[in-house]
Amino acid sequence: MPQYSAMQRVVAALSHEEADRVPVILPLTLHGAKEMGLSIKDYFSKAEHVVEGQIRLMQKYHSDAYIGFLHAPLEIAAFGGEVIYVEDGPPNSGEPFLRKHDDILSMQVPDVQTNPHLRITLDAITQLKAIATDQIPIVGVVMSPFSLPVMQMGFDKYLDLIYDHRDLFWKLMEKNIEFCRAWTDAQLAAGATAIVYFDPVSSPTIIPPELYLETGFRVAQRIIPQTKGAVITHMASGRCLPILDDLIQTGTAGIGVSAEEDIAEIKGRCRGKVTLFGNLNAIEMRNWDAQTMEHKVRQLIQKAGSGGGFILMDNHGELPWQISDDTIYAIVAAVHKWGQYPIETPEQRFG
Amino acid sequence: MDNQPYLDSFIAALLCLDKDTAKSLVDDMMKTVDPITITNQLVVPALEFVGDCWEKGTVALSQVYMSGRICESLIDEILPPGNPLRTDQPPIGIAVLLDHHVLGKRVVYSALRASGFELIDLGQGLTARELVGLVRKHQVKILLISVLMLPSALHVKEITRQLKPEGVKIVVGGAPFRLDKNLYKEVDADATGDNAGIAVEVVNRYVGEYYATI
Ligand code: B12
Repeated sequence: MPQYSAMQRVVAALSHEEADRVPVILPLTLHGAKEMGLSIKDYFSKAEHVVEGQIRLMQKYHSDAYIGFLHAPLEIAAFGGEVIYVEDGPPNSGEPFLRKHDDILSMQVPDVQTNPHLRITLDAITQLKAIATDQIPIVGVVMSPFSLPVMQMGFDKYLDLIYDHRDLFWKLMEKNIEFCRAWTDAQLAAGATAIVYFDPVSSPTIIPPELYLETGFRVAQRIIPQTKGAVITHMASGRCLPILDDLIQTGTAGIGVSAEEDIAEIKGRCRGKVTLFGNLNAIEMRNWDAQTMEHKVRQLIQKAGSGGGFILMDNHGELPWQISDDTIYAIVAAVHKWGQYPIETPEQRFG
Repeated sequence: MDNQPYLDSFIAALLCLDKDTAKSLVDDMMKTVDPITITNQLVVPALEFVGDCWEKGTVALSQVYMSGRICESLIDEILPPGNPLRTDQPPIGIAVLLDHHVLGKRVVYSALRASGFELIDLGQGLTARELVGLVRKHQVKILLISVLMLPSALHVKEITRQLKPEGVKIVVGGAPFRLDKNLYKEVDADATGDNAGIAVEVVNRYVGEYYATI
């Protein structure tokens, strides 16, 4: 069997081919701070910290990708908004900076190359690229223009905007689309291999499919086809089944799958078309022992692994700070044990 | 009287955010029954149904949120705050612990107010210490806590440790509790609810228990 690099393994999965085994991406954004003994705030303040954190995590767990993502509220910081740090979890966006409707009209789109907050991410990706060469993929992340306003203006005000002020909603979308395009291009130019497009507001968990077609779908159509690299649409653990065909139509190369949906059913409809990422429950796994993890990973691989088109990950695209090293080791060990291609199907096992 | 046809039309109106139809159904019922009956037989079952559908994945959160708001404003018209017909209740408080995400609280608040309860909004982004202080100050007997982040959910334990011995019932909710069904036990809360409809059910039960014990 040929020796596969992480890049070849991931590219094979995205091309719906079977490599040596199922790829596993560990979306560890916060754990680098733990490795380096830094506070989360300090860790995210410098590209060098994030790069060193990613290197140490790679040496420890051998994930199939580096994560070039810091946190979602970083985009809010770039727009001049507030970020609130805590000691034991991800940073959050603070008081929304779009307080009244007129603020949308005067909102300035940050320059992605010179903005100091975004620069940290771009520098981290550039430095990771120098280390990863073409052997290990680097995942870049953007918030979708359609989901970003939850942090820009608050969720309730944003829903009111979508329902009651559609013209103004599109004015905000124009600005966010401009930003998202530039931000996506910049990350790809810095060395990101693929872009995860976080768009949970489009999920049927949050808005009805009819509304998605009028809004989030049209926004995605203006980002995904133009992007010069693979885009993976992620619902951040929200559902996707009712809009699956529309999602495929946006040209997305991958979909992040919720733990609340049957990945076997989704795989059945996406086989050969779109690669699935998922879907271990990131909140629940805190309390799984190695045996439970092995069982869950094995089941998951049997449901979604065959024929490529599957990358094992959690359901949200980020493992919480509270996930222990042992749990992370258990994920990797289980993938190495049960993810070798060709996958043993349940029929083979019992038959 | 058979309210089922009203209920079906009311739910349909809520799901397409048709406030006018929802209002005319309430006005129609008002000709024959009192506001409390409308609350208990129309609004509460409708909100419970919508919440249930959300969990099953057939209705979206935006519809849950808008339904709650429509019902809240309809009930405020027929049963204004302070109306003696409103549910007799001990002080109930609602807050967001540590997080700054208020939509979960907003949805639960509307559902409870639309069900005839009055709530003290204790705020958001509160530390455990601040929240405990506010609960004592307002002599809250039933405390509803909403969170969005896992660490915030885990910090609920600091509150249950201090307030449960004082007899406060603590109900928790929000995404982490929905995604990990055992988390509420881990933090020693009395109950959780996956949606705002269940919040109404649980509060009803605790209000009943409260009066049975005093
Ligand atoms: C949409 C979404 C986003 C959007 C908008 C988020 C926001 N609100 O600000 C975006 C893309 C911006 C985003 C970003 C992030 N997100 Co996000 N996101 C979601 C998603 C899909 C929905 C969250 C939401 O707002 N729902 C709406 C609210 C109203 O729903 P709810 O809290 O569940 O409330 C309902 C019930 O739970 C109940 N309820 C609520 N409160 C109460 C209280 C009581 C007493 C009762 C009985 C019931 C009850 O009633 C409500 C309606 O019926 C969830 C996953 C999911 N499947 O839910 C992740 C999720 C909340 N995100 C998460 C995270 C980590 C983040 C980030 C920190 C990621 C990062 N590292 O940057 C950022 C931070 C965002 C910020 N604001 O600072 C995690 C949080 C848990 C954790 N791991 O700590 C979640 C749970 C995903 C996961 N599975 O892990 N996210």
